[in-house]
Amino acid sequence: MRDPASTPRPAAHERPVILDVHNISLSFGGVKALTDISFDVREHEVRAIIGPNGAGKSSMLNCINGVYQPQQGSITFRGQQFRHMNSRQVAEMGVARTFQNLALFKGMSVLDNIMTGRNLKMKSGLLAQAIRFGRAEREEIAHREFVEHIIDFLEIQLHRKTPVGRLPYGLQKRVDLGRALAMEPQVLLLDEPMAGMNVEEKQDMSRFILDVNDEFGTTIVLIEHDMGVVMDISDRVVVLDYGKKIGDGTPHEVRGNPDVIRAYLGTTH
Amino acid sequence: MGFFLETLFGGLMVGMLYSLIAIGFVLIYKASGVFNFAQGAMVLFAALAMARFSEWLPAWLGFESLVLANVLAFLLAMVMMIAVAWLIERLALSKLVNQEGISLLMATLGIAYFLDGLGQSLFGNDIYKIDVGMPKEPMMVLESTFQGGLLLSREDLVAAVIAAALVVLLALFFQKTSTGRALRAVADDHQAAQSIGIPLSRIWVIVWSVAGFAALVAGIIWGSKLGVQFSLSLVALKALPVVILGGLTSIPGAIIGGLLIGVGEKLSEIYLGPMLGGGIEIWFAYVLALVFLLVRPQGLFGEKIIDRV
Amino acid sequence: MFYRENGQFKSTYRADQQIFPILQDRVLMLLFLVVAFAVVPAIASDYWFRAILIPFLILSLAALGLNILVGYCGQISLGTGAFMAVGAYAAYNFHVRVDGMPLIVSLLMGGLCATVVGVLFGIPSLRIKGLYLAVATLAAQFFIDWAFLRINWLTNNSASGSVSVAGLSLFGLPVESAAQKYLLCLTLLVLFALMAKNLVRSAIGREWMAMRDMDVAAAVIGIRPVYAKLSAFAVSSFIVGVAGALWGFVHLGTWEPAAFNIDRSFQLLFMVIIGGLGSIMGSFFGAAFIVLLPIVLNQLPGWFGLSISTALSSHLEFMIFGALIVFFLVVEPHGLARLWSTAKEKLRLWPFPY
Repeated sequence: MRDPASTPRPAAHERPVILDVHNISLSFGGVKALTDISFDVREHEVRAIIGPNGAGKSSMLNCINGVYQPQQGSITFRGQQFRHMNSRQVAEMGVARTFQNLALFKGMSVLDNIMTGRNLKMKSGLLAQAIRFGRAEREEIAHREFVEHIIDFLEIQLHRKTPVGRLPYGLQKRVDLGRALAMEPQVLLLDEPMAGMNVEEKQDMSRFILDVNDEFGTTIVLIEHDMGVVMDISDRVVVLDYGKKIGDGTPHEVRGNPDVIRAYLGTTH
Repeated sequence: MGFFLETLFGGLMVGMLYSLIAIGFVLIYKASGVFNFAQGAMVLFAALAMARFSEWLPAWLGFESLVLANVLAFLLAMVMMIAVAWLIERLALSKLVNQEGISLLMATLGIAYFLDGLGQSLFGNDIYKIDVGMPKEPMMVLESTFQGGLLLSREDLVAAVIAAALVVLLALFFQKTSTGRALRAVADDHQAAQSIGIPLSRIWVIVWSVAGFAALVAGIIWGSKLGVQFSLSLVALKALPVVILGGLTSIPGAIIGGLLIGVGEKLSEIYLGPMLGGGIEIWFAYVLALVFLLVRPQGLFGEKIIDRV
Repeated sequence: MFYRENGQFKSTYRADQQIFPILQDRVLMLLFLVVAFAVVPAIASDYWFRAILIPFLILSLAALGLNILVGYCGQISLGTGAFMAVGAYAAYNFHVRVDGMPLIVSLLMGGLCATVVGVLFGIPSLRIKGLYLAVATLAAQFFIDWAFLRINWLTNNSASGSVSVAGLSLFGLPVESAAQKYLLCLTLLVLFALMAKNLVRSAIGREWMAMRDMDVAAAVIGIRPVYAKLSAFAVSSFIVGVAGALWGFVHLGTWEPAAFNIDRSFQLLFMVIIGGLGSIMGSFFGAAFIVLLPIVLNQLPGWFGLSISTALSSHLEFMIFGALIVFFLVVEPHGLARLWSTAKEKLRLWPFPY
């Protein structure tokens, strides 16, 4: 359960809506991945998207993120509506994400990987960077400081110069999170951040996610399979099944929803 | 009109020759996912082997029959190509299985240089003749329709027929035999194929040997027409645009692509060339391929390339 | 025990991010520069300058440019020779058509023209990659080969594309003797190497490497693929163009399009692969290797008391190049540069085994 001693903030239903998904439908050729999905995400909350395999959760995230363009529907971010936006524009608007299969830059070190997250904030031109002395160097150092805070936060200081390809899976996932955090996002999309982790790693990751939500106030939308984690850390949950929404509410409400139970356990005859 | 048709035929014939070389590319790509920059060098190597062996064997073994010399030289050259295939698989391919495409591509570049050097060290670097009895005199056709008739090269026609036969043979091989099926499985997914027990190494040796066979046939035909010399390996670079046009995974595509490039080159040289200063043959094929790459990268008959996140 | 970092703690990010963080490396580099600038011009023979040092310097510069494109940004290019040609001929045109044009300006303008052409032929990289891009760059190579042969205006109306320059001078100082040419090339190489190193360790360098490693994820972080790829082509072509201009002006004096043909492109690619993809040092190693190998091969039989014909020697060169390419790709895909850094790692522990 959420730690009651954490910073008090306005109740969930009083916070403004930061992300609003309207009637999103997505198909690939003849296959309908998402059918008429609508839900909202309020500022500062932790919103989980759950559902059986193949329910369309990653596709939903990809739509929010601009990787897929939905055929119908629109997404509103802070009142700004968009239907066709590419990933870069979405990134500029303050939405960051991690990937289910880790899309890290294998040839670069941990430090460099997280530094790439700062790219949007770097202003020096090509020539300034070539000369480096002066403005470009100061900017580089300033961003390095910020990234070091993230490295401290995620407790991966020992590995900062290691090429990410050499790290164990759990640490790679942290680097993925770090890179997303480096973008100073307002909304963080996490695609199965706990996949493939053992109990301790999951506890660490949950702690990081909650800390990010508490300290930086980042809104979190996460896809997760581990029900225990979902019940523990999320404020509200959306349930998908076969591309349709079948549940929406607090973890407690959703847990009792017969449709949700049926989707996971199948019908009894 | 007559001149146009002659140019057209000439282009088709040249195109056929390109296709012969391109077939080797497609074979290797289809079956191992490797883009073989060394195909041209293989053609040269095979042609050199054939030319020199047909010269040396009569001297070594003391007989005079040209037919026998050619047959024995062919067999010996084929043995050499199989040996080359085996060496390539053993020393390069098997070690580079897990690396990305760009490494394999550059490795074949290295193999090309190696084969060029090896071929010339072993067989010499003069111009050599191949005489397999290809008809040399041109023939006149359609004398009733066009005044004087159209000039056609018999040799090129024979080459075209051989190329067509080769295509049919290979298509049957891929579709009907179990080895062909295994080859297609390997091309799709190396690891999956291995995990169901397909012997990767043996398959690759087979593929490269078959490509070596295609290279030998191409080398004989080209060599018979132009003489065997180093520039053969550069002409073979032309086969790259051919497979881009036709599609990397399609053998019929290699034929169509070759024909298009051959005709395109000849026609553009005659009709476009004078406006641009002449000699545009050296880049026409590549620029055409470039246009295709921007508009339809998989070529006319290739499979669509999908990038997944 | 000499190559230890004991006591060399960094207390600022600036110190941590230096090009040569280890003191011994800095000392070595300084020594090296002193030798290169002051000692070599005094003692090297004309043969050494013309046959070894000057080609090495210019080809290192070209390899540096190519490494940025292929090694750091992962875009394959088989048309480097063509971009060198653009640099050389453009510089030539500026040099002869404009009275009193300073040498350095001609060289840089050559680089800029190569940049324009490079970006143009880099546009296909926005849609295709790997071997398809290789074919597109071949189109550039052959087209440009033809252009300088047939389009007379480009070569100041020379019929065969053959041109020559003489009597060069830089800010009033003559660039005639081998030693003077050497110093010019060395200075330019050091400057460009420094700027290249700065670029690859800044934001743009990380963008390039991100494009190389996983371009789909790069877009999601906010990296613009178009900008990243085209900037790589631009920077790379600029450096290669200047190298081409130097090759024509300083090394050859008289040249024709064949000096920049596909063999040159392959040669540069081999330098980058053998030297080490994605490494500035690697470009130097690769260039040194490729420049020295033919010379060694020529002399080697003599050392053993054998004699082989020049034809056989050049065939052997081909075979050895080819075999080495495959060898490096199999054994050490990161080339000589990786072998060098591995050796340094061992040296840090010496005399202990681990």
